[in-house]
Formats: sequence, C-alpha cells, structure tokens
Amino acid sequence: MGFLDIDNTTKSYGAVEVLHNVDISVQEGEFLVLVGPSGCGKSTLLNMIAGLEEITSGEIRIKDSVMNGVHPSKRNIAMVFQSYALYPNMTVGQNITFGLEMHGTPKPEREKAMREVAKLLQIEQLLDRKPGQLSGGQRQRVAMGRALVRNPDVFLFDEPLSNLDAKLRVDMRTEIKKLHQKLGTTIVYVTHDQIEAMTLSTRIAVMNGGYVQQLGTPQEIYDSPANIFVATFMGSPAMNVLPAHVRLQKDAPHAEFSLHDGSLALLPFSQKNLAAWEGKEILLGIRPETLTDVDGADRKSSNIAEMTNRIVVTEPAGSDTFVSMQLGGKDVIARMRSDAEVRAGQDFTFAVNMEKAVAFDPETEARIAP
Amino acid sequence: MSVASQDTAIRTGRITRTLIYVVLILFALFYMLPLYVMLVNSVKPLSEITGGGMMNLPEEFTLEPWFKAWSSAQIGVEPTGLAPYFWNSIKMVVPAVAVSTVLGALNGYVLTKWRFKYDTILFGLMLFACFIPFQIVLIPMARMLGLMGLAGTTWGLALVHVVYGIGFTTLYFRNYYAVFPTELIRAAQIDGAGFFQIFWRILLPSSGPIAVVSIIWQFTNIWNDFLFGASFAGADSQPMTVALNNLVQASHGVKEYNVHFAGAILAATPTLLVYIVAGRYFVRGLMAGSVKG
Repeated sequence: MGFLDIDNTTKSYGAVEVLHNVDISVQEGEFLVLVGPSGCGKSTLLNMIAGLEEITSGEIRIKDSVMNGVHPSKRNIAMVFQSYALYPNMTVGQNITFGLEMHGTPKPEREKAMREVAKLLQIEQLLDRKPGQLSGGQRQRVAMGRALVRNPDVFLFDEPLSNLDAKLRVDMRTEIKKLHQKLGTTIVYVTHDQIEAMTLSTRIAVMNGGYVQQLGTPQEIYDSPANIFVATFMGSPAMNVLPAHVRLQKDAPHAEFSLHDGSLALLPFSQKNLAAWEGKEILLGIRPETLTDVDGADRKSSNIAEMTNRIVVTEPAGSDTFVSMQLGGKDVIARMRSDAEVRAGQDFTFAVNMEKAVAFDPETEARIAP
Repeated sequence: MSVASQDTAIRTGRITRTLIYVVLILFALFYMLPLYVMLVNSVKPLSEITGGGMMNLPEEFTLEPWFKAWSSAQIGVEPTGLAPYFWNSIKMVVPAVAVSTVLGALNGYVLTKWRFKYDTILFGLMLFACFIPFQIVLIPMARMLGLMGLAGTTWGLALVHVVYGIGFTTLYFRNYYAVFPTELIRAAQIDGAGFFQIFWRILLPSSGPIAVVSIIWQFTNIWNDFLFGASFAGADSQPMTVALNNLVQASHGVKEYNVHFAGAILAATPTLLVYIVAGRYFVRGLMAGSVKG
C-alpha cells in the first residue's frame, strides 16, 4: 500500500487503448518521474492522477481512498503545467490564492499562506504584477507557488521546465530538487528529458507505447535497463548496441563481434550466466563512458578488456572527447577524457569496461545479463 | 556607389508614395461625398435646397432641421419627431446585444472547453444560422412571437435579434476560445473553480477583443435592421430605421429634405460612435484566433 497507488490502470479512447495496465505504487515523499518519448502516455497518466482524464479501468488511490470519478479539486493535488497556466487577468498574488479562495479559505489565512510561499520562492516583490510582466523563470516560480500554497498530498508536474532556455532549465531543476528535499513532498513529474529524470527522481518509470517499460531507481534504470528501449532512451549519448555472438573460452562466456576491418574481437563477459547463450547471437550494450582509452578506464572495474580499432571521427566537446568507430557493423561512440590523444584514421587501443556491459535477447529485446 | 543607388531608391519611393497618396485621397473624398451632402444640406433652410445647388455650402446656417427631425417631425399619428423611436431602438439594441454576446460567449466556452459528443455537428448547425436569409423566417417568427405573447413589443424584437445573432456571436467566441490555452481551464478546475466561476473569473476577463467584435457587429446589425423592425414592431415599438423610413416616405405635405438628412444622420450616429470608441479593437479581435500566437 503506497501513498499514491496506480493499480492496474488502463486508458482507452474508443477502441484504442493508449495506456496498458499501469501498476505503480508511490511512497510518501518519493519523487517519481514518468519519462518517455512524446505519445508514450506519460501526460495522459498524469492527467488521470489529476482527474482531468477519466480512468477506463483499474484504480487510482491517494492515501488509500479511491480517486476514480473524484473531481480534480477534491483530490488534494496540485499541478504545475508546461505553459505554467497562470491566469493572465490576475496578479501574481491572486494567481497564488485563487485555489484557496475557491476552497473557501478566509482572506487573512489566504494572505498569510501567500506571504509564506512567496518568501519560500523569493517572489515577494512580484506579488502585484501580472503574469505578462514576468520572465519565464519568474512565471515558473509563480506556478510552483500556486501549487505549494494549497499544501497538497501530491504534486504533479507536467514538463514544467521544457519552456525555459537551457541555462535556466538547469537552475530550476536544481531548485525543484532543493524544494523537494526541503519539503519532503510526494511528487509525480512528467518529462521527456532523460537527464531531468535521472537528476531529479528517486524513482523513474520509463514509458513507451503506453507501457511502463521499467520502474526503478535511476541507478537501476541506467545500469540494468530492462530492454533495448530503456537502454537507448536513458543516457546521452545513447548506449551503443551492437550484434555479437557468445563464445565460450575456458568455460567463460565471451562476446565476439567484428572490428572495422572485419577481424573479430573477443571480450570476456563478467556475467557467467551468458554461457547458456553459447553460439547464439545477442545484442551487446556498451555505454559510451565504459569505452575509453586505456589510461581513462575505470580502475575499480574487475574486468577491463582491450581491443584495437580504427577511429572514424573525433568530436572534442570540451569536457570530453567523443570518438566514433565501427563495431559489429554499427556506428559506436566512445567517451574519452578531453586530453586523450586521438585523431581520425588512427588505429587506437580502446579499453572496454566489460563489468558494465549489458546483453539483450535480439528477439524480445529484453535484457538477459546482468 | 551604394550611397548613390540608395538615393535613387528613396526618390522613386517618394514618387510612388505621392501617387499612392493622391489616389487614396481622391478615393477618400469620393467616399466622403455622400456624408458631405447630408451634413451640408441638413443645416440649410429648405428653400436653399429646392432652389438647386445641393453641393453648395449653406448661405444661411440653421440647426432647425435637426431639432425638427429629433422632436417635432410628423411620424405616424403624432408629431413626435424621431426621439421616441430612438429610445425604442436603444431599448431593443442594448438587451439584444448584451444577451446575444453573453450567450455566444457561453456557447463558445462550452463548444471548446467542455467538449461533448456531436459538438462539432451542433456548432455546424449554429453556423448554419448565419446563412439563413431573414425573409425565410418572417412568417414562422411572427407566429412564434404571437404564441409567446410578444408580438408587437420591443422585447419580442429584441428576442428575434438575439436568436438571429447567436450564430455569429457563437462563431466569434468559439474561434477565440479555441486558441485559449486549455491548461488554464484545467488549472482552474484543479483550483476548485466550477463551470461558471471559470467562465466569469478566467475566460470572460480575457475576452476583451472578441467581445468588442461581437458588440460592434451585433450593435451595427441590430441598429441598422429594417426588415424585422418593419415586420414585428407595433406602432409604439418601432425602431429608428422604420421611423426614418416613415419620415422620408410620408406622402403628405412638402418633402423637407433638410429634415430627412438630419434624421438620417441621427439614425446613423450611434453605430458610428460605437465604431469610433471601440473600432481599434475590432480588427485586432477579428484577427485573433485566425493567426496562431
């Protein structure tokens, strides 16, 4: 029994089912991020929690009371919208207290709550302005203030940072995280930005095609993605996925794949259970940061393998240098220290942290190891 | 080199611009001509008009025709002037404009933010109302007014105009609200505002431009309407347009053209005023909703 339970919930529009049997239980104080590409159903799910969309089947419960059919205003939730949805005809102060006014809170109490929230978000000097006179970041704060003032059980955020420019987005991200740490509220947050999902959440639900592909902590999602979709969606640059064969050498499973010139590389797996896949094709997932120059390899890893391959392109990005090459017939990106001495056309010795390698079943695309 | 070519560019621009202005001013003068004739002749004694020279400025300036048209010209049985009919028109126009605009706003709100099954078909049917010619409904409408006991009253006339106007006002407000962010409505729902609270507190305060369009459109149409006024009004509820017609068409006595001109200007003044006061919002409001952002 969680604080917010989404229990076997589906959503259909006519005959089209857009959300399939979603099961998520959120504990009090958790920061759950729903992440996925557009059209994956994450916003629909959020709207169902808010009560803005009906639940076709299943149940949503907040604090153990069933919310199906309960009006949005009676669920004790607050929502921050992508466009902020500030009422353009009201001042910031009126925007913040509108919800309280609609719930019949007396004026002195409203004023007091407004002052507290404005102080918390440092928007006291803006209270008499109209939303049209505010910058994007200020509007964002006001929208959060409007949510906070209600002191709701659950906060819902619908892509709240996607309208901000890149720098402000990073600042506000930190600020939301700070706010969550300070207030310890329960938050459900929708985004398509996997970095936001990783940095903010205590747990992530990766969604695609109306299914929750994987639900877990950011570390679980990153290190043990449930399938190819999760593996390639989370992380930037995306995880390299290349076809490989499992070979046994001294009873230990190895990954065999072709290098740029067609010759074969044989790298040992850390996961012994892959021996069962001997001779079969798998999809090998290697994160760019686990594919480096020899000096840059993770010293704590128990399984660093080396291979020599030709560099196709180098992309210095300041903090890192990205190197692309051909492996198993695919373009593969390696992430090097910025001072690694690499140049295009060079045959270079790479270190692969095979401890972090992930293997997928090419048929089902599900993870088979680790 | 570039400086020289810039110079010629400006010079040709100046010539073209002068030409454009000359043509525009000529057209403007031509367009203003009828108004000039009306104004000039409304402040002349009748003898000056019948003596010829309609285009001449008045030799003797008098406001007598204006006073006569307003308060003592023979219209109907009593020599009342246009004044009582003017108030008839006001009593008809104000409620009709207000009610049709508010109903149009409500319809637009429901059709865009409280979608229901077959709402587009319903909207299509309401749009259809914009294309029904007045003449078709005359007899059924007369019967309806009779059944409702409103025949020959100002209220009945106002009702007819409300019914006829809803199609247009709904169209305006629906298109305006279609681009009004739905997230605002949802935010208000979460904040606990009900159907009418959202309408009054969130939607209407943001509807200024389109309300102006609706008011100007409805005011002009209803004020200028003659057919419904002539068909449905009783002797004591005739609007200004019908009274003006009676004044001009009166078959007895001398045709007092100066009084007619003054009366016509009086009849046109309110719509002019509305347009001058609210006109700058008109185009803005008409454009709103047609272009994104």
